Amino acid sequence: MSNASPDRDGGARERLQRWLPKLVLSPSCVLVLFFVYGFIAWTSYISFSDSGMMPDYTWVGLHQWSRLWTSWTWGIALHNIWVFGLLYIVSCIVLGLILAILLDQRIRAEGVLRTIYLYPMALSFIVTGTAWQWFLNPGLGLEKTMHDLGWQSFSFNWLIDSNMAIYTVVIAAVWQATGFVMAMFLAGLRGIDGEMIKAAQIDGAPAWKIYARIIIPQLRPVFLSAVVVLAHLAIKSFDLIVAMTGGGPGNATAVPATFMYSYAFSRNEMGIAAASAVFMLAVIAALIIPYLYSELREPRS
Amino acid sequence: MSAASPAARRGAATRAVLYAILLVFAVIYLMPLYVMLTTSFKTLEEIHQGNMLALPGEWTLAPWREAWGSACIGLECNGVHGYFFNSIKIVVPAVLISGLLGAFNGYVLTKWKFRGHKVVFGLILFSCFIPFQIILLPMARVLGLLHLANSTGGLVLVHIVYGIGFTTLFFRNFYASFPDELVRAAQLDGAGFFTIFFRILLPASVPIIVVTIIWQFTNVWNDFLFGVSFASGDSAPITVALNNLVNSSTGVKAYNVNMAAAMVAAVPTLIVYILAGKYFLRGLMSGSVKG
Repeated sequence: MSNASPDRDGGARERLQRWLPKLVLSPSCVLVLFFVYGFIAWTSYISFSDSGMMPDYTWVGLHQWSRLWTSWTWGIALHNIWVFGLLYIVSCIVLGLILAILLDQRIRAEGVLRTIYLYPMALSFIVTGTAWQWFLNPGLGLEKTMHDLGWQSFSFNWLIDSNMAIYTVVIAAVWQATGFVMAMFLAGLRGIDGEMIKAAQIDGAPAWKIYARIIIPQLRPVFLSAVVVLAHLAIKSFDLIVAMTGGGPGNATAVPATFMYSYAFSRNEMGIAAASAVFMLAVIAALIIPYLYSELREPRS
Repeated sequence: MSAASPAARRGAATRAVLYAILLVFAVIYLMPLYVMLTTSFKTLEEIHQGNMLALPGEWTLAPWREAWGSACIGLECNGVHGYFFNSIKIVVPAVLISGLLGAFNGYVLTKWKFRGHKVVFGLILFSCFIPFQIILLPMARVLGLLHLANSTGGLVLVHIVYGIGFTTLFFRNFYASFPDELVRAAQLDGAGFFTIFFRILLPASVPIIVVTIIWQFTNVWNDFLFGVSFASGDSAPITVALNNLVNSSTGVKAYNVNMAAAMVAAVPTLIVYILAGKYFLRGLMSGSVKG
C-alpha cells in the first residue's frame, strides 16, 4: 500500500517525460504547418479563384493562369530571370573558383583578403543597391569619373538603358555573392586529400593540369551546392532590383518577384499574383527538394 | 652565386602577379563601400563638381546629421533614426524567440528521436527555402485579422515564423554531433528533459548560439520584402525607410544624405561581421553546404 502512490507518481512523470519532447516541438510544428503549408495551400487555391482586390473563393479553373501567361510583363519577367540567373550563377562560380584557387596558394594576408571579399554578403541588398545606383549613375558616377580622368569617350549608361539595365543588376549581385561562393570553394579545396596531388607533383605534372584533372573534379559537390544556393537566391531576388532600378526603366528589369509584388499590392490582382507566386514556388521546389533529400540521406552511410 | 636561378625568379614573378591580381580584386570589392563612405562626408557642391573617387576636400558631418534627424521620408522629415529603432525593436525579440525555438527543436530532433523525426525536420527545413511571395497574400490578411498590420509586432511574428527553419537547422546539426552517451548517462542519473538541456547541452552550445544570433540578426536586419509588404509608415524598418528616401525623393537628389543613410543601415551588420566574421561564415556555410 505504502509504495502504490509513489509508483503512480512515477508513472505519471514518466508519461510526461515521454510526451515532453513532442510537446516542446509542437509549437514550432503548428506555426510551420499553418504559416508555411497552410499558406501555400491557400495561395494555391487563390490562383484558381476569381480573386481580385479581395479574396473570392469562386473556382475559375485556369483563368488566372492563362491571364498570367498572356501577360506581357510576365514574359519580360521570365526572360529577365533567365538572363539574370544564368549570368549570375556562372559569373559567381567562375569568379569564386578563381579567387578560391588564388587564395589557396599560401597567401600571406589570406585572412584580410577573405574578409574583404566576403563583406558585401553582410550588407542589405537595399544598401548595396543604393551604393551601386550611385556608383553607376551616368551623370555623376563612374562615367563622369572616367571623363575627369581624361577618357572622354567612356560611356556607361546601362542603368537607364532599358536593354542593358538588367546587366547592372547582375554586376551588383555578382559583386555581393562572389565572396560567399569563394568561401564555399575554399572550404572544398581545404578538404581535398593531398596524396593524389603529391603523386602528380612528383610525376612532374604542371599546376594547371593538377587543377584541371584532379582538384576541380573533386569539387563536384561544391559546384552542386553553389548552383542550388545561387539559383534559389536568383529566383528570390527582389530587394536589389527594387533598390537599383525599381523594375525599370519601364518594365525592363521586372522579375517574377517584383511582378508578384506589384500585382499583389498595387494592382490588386490577387489571382494573378497568387499564380505567379505558385510558379516561383514550383521552380524552387523542383530545385531544392531533391537537393535536401540527398543532403539529408548522406550522413547515414 | 648572387643571381637567383631562372626557376626561382619565375616563381617570384608568378607570386608577384598572384598578389597583384588578389589586390586588384580587393580594390574592386572595397570600391562601392569607399565611394559610399566618402560621398557621405562631402558637400553636395563637391559631389557635382569633384571626382567620385577623390577624398572629401572639406569633410562635413552635415549629411549624417540630416540623414539621422531631418531627411524627409514620405511626408515626415525626421530622418531615419525612428526607423533604425524600429529595426532594433523587431530584431531583438525575433532573434531571441526564433533562436530559443530552434534550440529546443534541434535538441528534440537529435536526442529524443521519434518515428517520423526526419519528415518533421524536412518539413521545417523546406520553409527556409520557399520564395516568400507564396505567403505574402495570406500573411497580410492574417496580420490584419490579428490587428498586427503595420506594426513592428507583426514583423516580429513574421520573422519568428520564417526564422525557425534556419535556427532549427543550425541547432540540429550541432547537436547531432553531441555525444549521445552523455545524454544517456544523465538520464540514468535521473535527469529529466529540461535538466539535460539546460545543464548539459546548453553550456556546450555557445558557438552555435553565436552563429544563430549573428545569422538571424543579419537576416532580420537586412530584410526588405516583409518590411515593405507588412509595415508602412511609422512602423517600417530601416531598409524600407532607406529605399523610400533614395527612390522617391523629389527635387534635387541629395546623394550625400542618401549615402549617409545607407551607411546607417549598413553599420550594425558590418560591425557584427568585422567582430565575428568567423561565425558569420559558419552560418552561411551550414545554410548551404551540409544539411
